[in-house]
Amino acid sequence: MSDRPPVTDRPPVTDWAADFDHMDARWVEDPFPIWDDLRQRCPVAHTTRYGGVYLPTRMADVRDVAYDPETFSNRRPVVRANPPDVPLPTPPISSDPPHHKPSRMLLLPAFTPQAIAPYIPVTRRICAELLDQIGDARSCDAAVQYAQHVPVRVIAAMLGVPETDGDLFRRWIQISLDDTIHDTPESAATFVAVSREMDAYFKRHVESKIDSKGTDLISFMMRARFDGRELTERHFYGALRLLLIAGIDTTWSTIGAALWHLAKTPDDRRRLVAEPALMTTAVEEFLRAYAPVTMARQVRKDGEIAGCPVKAGEMVLLALPAANRDPAAFPDADRVIIDRQDNRHAAFGLGIHRCVGSNLARMEIQVALEEWLKRFPEFTLETTKPVTWAAGQVRGPRTVPVRIGA
Amino acid sequence: MPDPLKPAWRLVVDPEKCQGHNRCQALAPDLFRVDDLGFASATGDTMPDAMLEKATLAVRNCPEFAIRLVRVGQGDEV
Repeated sequence: MSDRPPVTDRPPVTDWAADFDHMDARWVEDPFPIWDDLRQRCPVAHTTRYGGVYLPTRMADVRDVAYDPETFSNRRPVVRANPPDVPLPTPPISSDPPHHKPSRMLLLPAFTPQAIAPYIPVTRRICAELLDQIGDARSCDAAVQYAQHVPVRVIAAMLGVPETDGDLFRRWIQISLDDTIHDTPESAATFVAVSREMDAYFKRHVESKIDSKGTDLISFMMRARFDGRELTERHFYGALRLLLIAGIDTTWSTIGAALWHLAKTPDDRRRLVAEPALMTTAVEEFLRAYAPVTMARQVRKDGEIAGCPVKAGEMVLLALPAANRDPAAFPDADRVIIDRQDNRHAAFGLGIHRCVGSNLARMEIQVALEEWLKRFPEFTLETTKPVTWAAGQVRGPRTVPVRIGA
Repeated sequence: MPDPLKPAWRLVVDPEKCQGHNRCQALAPDLFRVDDLGFASATGDTMPDAMLEKATLAVRNCPEFAIRLVRVGQGDEV
């Protein structure tokens, strides 16, 4: 994965309340103090960069935005200066009411807990294979050699394509991530080209299916109907691109962040090894404290967030990770408490755009941590090597160098 | 002597608010079921005091504030 710092000609931020930048090196490295400061003195920050963006940092205000799709549209879920010059809808994440509901409903049956259950043993096997490859090495990179491979292989298994295609998916993800970082007309063009490559990839698999009776996600989408009709090509391939991309770097970010936390917090690591029943609350706490995803909305009509006027056409960064650290919503919000009992976190979003894959993501995180801890109950952070964090709207460690063994 | 198994509470999932996070069913599988789309509902009309702790945990972990716990015959919520 690329370790390059954000390439931007925008000046470093000096005023986070009136001129914030989510691609600024300080935000990328450690956004939490920035959000804590804003929450106290200017809970809805603004910037004129990227054509104008608002940033609510309190849970209550993030909720208000999430629950008001009439004012805040999902048409553009990513904040960027150079959006692609062709529309690349990925329903339902890019959809608004009234189209949103039917396009979401058709995906839901594939991601219920019951539908995900058969992939638990598949995920365990994938994790075990990755751990076999690390073998008896005394050190490794828990992000590069482990976390980053789990979701690509699981989604390949769900799509019914070879798991070895996971490397191709990682390349596509890398290009989309690089595009977010560079944010130039050229990088946008590359991203469009990659989207077309994905469409062609899926087309080959669709054509190879004699019927659409399979349990895989591609066959499932071939059977899907919208208002009683087959999906349009634009809808079909857009939704498949979403299913492919949305669960990859998001999930690997949380697995990586959890392993990073456990590597540097021996008390939590030992406790989780000794009391595996804590895994359920621990996973939710990792999701809260290291929520990877910040979504975006576009203001559809002039309105307000917590009394701050917002202008139509400008964007809103829906900082779910900031909301999850709001002391008004969580006691000891800045502490990671692996047996936290009350945890209404918003890592998967709130309202009609709740992450469709949340049951899948939660399962992958839990299984990946369980299998890792079974194999390597003792590991610590390799302090001589840096941990770098992904820039953009999906935050997670791109490298987690660890030393294995007591 | 109060009977801990006497129906004492009603557990109500608001279908307008539930978005299918599935936190309730994961925490209290005896008290909640999810349908083919992933939306939750209570498994029974009422539940006894013995289940109160589990039910409260589910209420307090619902990100959408979609679950209510009402004392039978009194309308009090916790």
